[in-house]
Amino acid sequence: MTENEGLLSAYRVLDLTDEKGLFCGKLMGDMGADVIKIERPGGDAVRNKGPFYKDQVDPEKSLYWFSLNTSKRGITLDIDKPEGLDVFKRLVKSADFVIESFTPGYMESLGIGYADLEKINPEVILVSITPFGQTGPYSQWKGPDMVMWALGAGPFMRTFDSQDRPPFRISHHPQTYFHAGTEAVVGAMAALNYRGRTGEGQQVDVSIQECVSWHPIGDYDFNNRVMKRGTTLNPLKVTHIWPCKDGYVMWRYTGGPAAQRHSTPLANWIIEEGFGDDWFKEFNWEEFNHFSSTQEVVDHMEKLTNDFFVTKTKSELMEGAIRFRIMLYPISTAKDLLESPQLEARGFWTDVAHPELDDTIRYPGKWGNNSETPPTISRRAPLIGEHNEEIYTGELGISKETRRELKDAGVI
Amino acid sequence: MGNLPLEGVNVLDFTWVWTGPTTTKVLADFGATVFKIESDKRWDVWRISPPFKDDEQGVNRGAIFNSINTSKKSVTLDLSHSKAKEIIKKWVTWADVVTDNFAGGAMERMGLGYEVLREIKPDIIMMSSALMGQTGPWHNSPGYGDQLSAISGLHEISGWPDRIPGEIGFYTDFIAPRFNALTILAALDYRRRTGKGQYLDCAQHQGGVQYVAPSLLDYVVNDRIATRQGNDDDYAAPHGSYPCKGEDRWCVIAISTDEEWSSFCDVIGNPDWTKDSKFSTLDSRKANREALDEHVASWTVNETDEDAMTTLQNAGVPAGRINDPRDHMDNNPQMAFREFYQEREHPELGTYRPPRQPCILSKSPCEIKRAPLMGEHNESALKEIIGLTDDDIEELVVEDILH
Repeated sequence: MTENEGLLSAYRVLDLTDEKGLFCGKLMGDMGADVIKIERPGGDAVRNKGPFYKDQVDPEKSLYWFSLNTSKRGITLDIDKPEGLDVFKRLVKSADFVIESFTPGYMESLGIGYADLEKINPEVILVSITPFGQTGPYSQWKGPDMVMWALGAGPFMRTFDSQDRPPFRISHHPQTYFHAGTEAVVGAMAALNYRGRTGEGQQVDVSIQECVSWHPIGDYDFNNRVMKRGTTLNPLKVTHIWPCKDGYVMWRYTGGPAAQRHSTPLANWIIEEGFGDDWFKEFNWEEFNHFSSTQEVVDHMEKLTNDFFVTKTKSELMEGAIRFRIMLYPISTAKDLLESPQLEARGFWTDVAHPELDDTIRYPGKWGNNSETPPTISRRAPLIGEHNEEIYTGELGISKETRRELKDAGVI
Repeated sequence: MGNLPLEGVNVLDFTWVWTGPTTTKVLADFGATVFKIESDKRWDVWRISPPFKDDEQGVNRGAIFNSINTSKKSVTLDLSHSKAKEIIKKWVTWADVVTDNFAGGAMERMGLGYEVLREIKPDIIMMSSALMGQTGPWHNSPGYGDQLSAISGLHEISGWPDRIPGEIGFYTDFIAPRFNALTILAALDYRRRTGKGQYLDCAQHQGGVQYVAPSLLDYVVNDRIATRQGNDDDYAAPHGSYPCKGEDRWCVIAISTDEEWSSFCDVIGNPDWTKDSKFSTLDSRKANREALDEHVASWTVNETDEDAMTTLQNAGVPAGRINDPRDHMDNNPQMAFREFYQEREHPELGTYRPPRQPCILSKSPCEIKRAPLMGEHNESALKEIIGLTDDDIEELVVEDILH
């Protein structure tokens, strides 16, 4: 944790989001912005989602919360109450960005829609992250992760190899919300560039459905073709995911001129270690085509390869892949990632102090090694209301008595 | 000045395949002038890979190429030729941003690394999106998005607990472009304020791993290794994909509150099984997922996916049809309303429908132009930006550099 200047050190962000948008503010905070997470009194609901520190279910110990709120300060404020709304509007005066993920229309109903915020601060950029966007017939629909997969990434889910079972999503934490958070920063930064030129803020309307509509569906657009679920244009059954001694690796054979760089070095390694038969030793990779070969040929080479892989660990295969320049990669677990020599060498991991836990926790850090201003985790996620005094008294000049009144009224 | 956020920003783009072009599509759609430098000596694979329009092969006919290269211009240059490199060096004085997504170290080997470019243009912003970054023991490993998803921990948590990891395609290809784009955009604003350019060594791996952060902390703190759990969710039941009327039609349902559960029971007519104490609380529903899923499916199977979704959502129950490409493009009232896919004229395709950017800026929304034909802007760019004459260009053609 350092005090380096970041790309966004000049800016302040007010973060009103729930689970859908927290990642946006985290990324902006790691880029140096002064991000103030505004929680409802008592703390945001997402603090009740796990996993938890040492499995202790406690709103101050959610590892999910920790991971989504690095580099933010935190205050509690009930913007549903008029006194709370007044405080919020005072904060907007000094803000460059407001991020929110309420149901469309809610901010307007409180009198803090973009048209209202613009009057308070014409430069402010309002970033709104919602399941289906601010407009359209589904704008009021609910959008948990699974629903966003279906209605946004459905065409992609249908490419997964799961024909005898229902389509699945990626397990655990909502992937679609990570995409939304990242995309929201893209939109916010585009708006910031516009502001840099014109001096004007605006609203950035982020639809999670659109964020995860990345899968190209031009084959339908161009040829009116819809593939059967889990199938590809390749008539052959070829293996991509292989068991090895301690897990799985990803590898696929390709032929033609490119084989020199992919299949040949692996084949040589297999032969060198005694797993290739005469047929394999004589095999012509230049002529091989993994679309137009025969299933018999593919099955035979895959059998030999499988026999070889199961004698090696993931890290042995990765070492060989690097040495011989083979496009083979392990299917990493969390443990593998923490032990990765590459991520270590890149200075990826960041040890973040959690004094109240009397502990230091290792976090995934920067996504880019920028030469001047790399992203940096500047502080752990805020405790509930941790910076109330610092911000309400220190910055807004609200007296202790008034703060007590606001607290008694349930506003902060 | 026009109304687009990146009006006046100039980009020299060496990227190919997916992640790089998707990154520079963001810049181009938001108004930057992006020149894609390409060559038939080193094909952008999506120029020459199916699917093609009417299944007829052609470098300007690829479905994916034309979708992820909108709003750009194309110039063909054979960079193995020293004269081409000289042109590029002149071009750099015009550029604000230079982008590539080769394996680490490739631009340097071509003599076009950051240090060289900075000599020419001190405040240049260069963004390299290598799989593993430009440094470290694995920096020059090439690869595709499926391999990167594997090593980034995403396959391990995909699929069914009783099976090998499920295939999730080129998943991280959809992550890296966003990190690339937001970093470039922030660096442009930083340069505007400070005058400083910089080198943005964005590793696709380091972006991908962000998306498993909570599970990484779970391992660091609790020594627990997250693995795949099908469609189960710790905070919802029912939660999954349920079969509907028709072939391979599905509706997902995800119920996390008692209120949603009670609305769901109302929608399906409160059959007797819903009153069973096995299903009365979230915890009991989670403990009896298998029986619960069978009951839920016994209702969905007699509904169309669309009816199930609409009825449930109108009652406040989270549900959604698993769209196939046709549903997504042509039976999608929400995205149609918001004009996500936008019809454009194209000289070889007739019309086609590329996507816009997935966020709408109220004052300066993106503008989508069709993708360029291969080499379409050779002459205009070389004349206007590099200052070449007709004779100079003729010479380059004779020397076989413009391809």
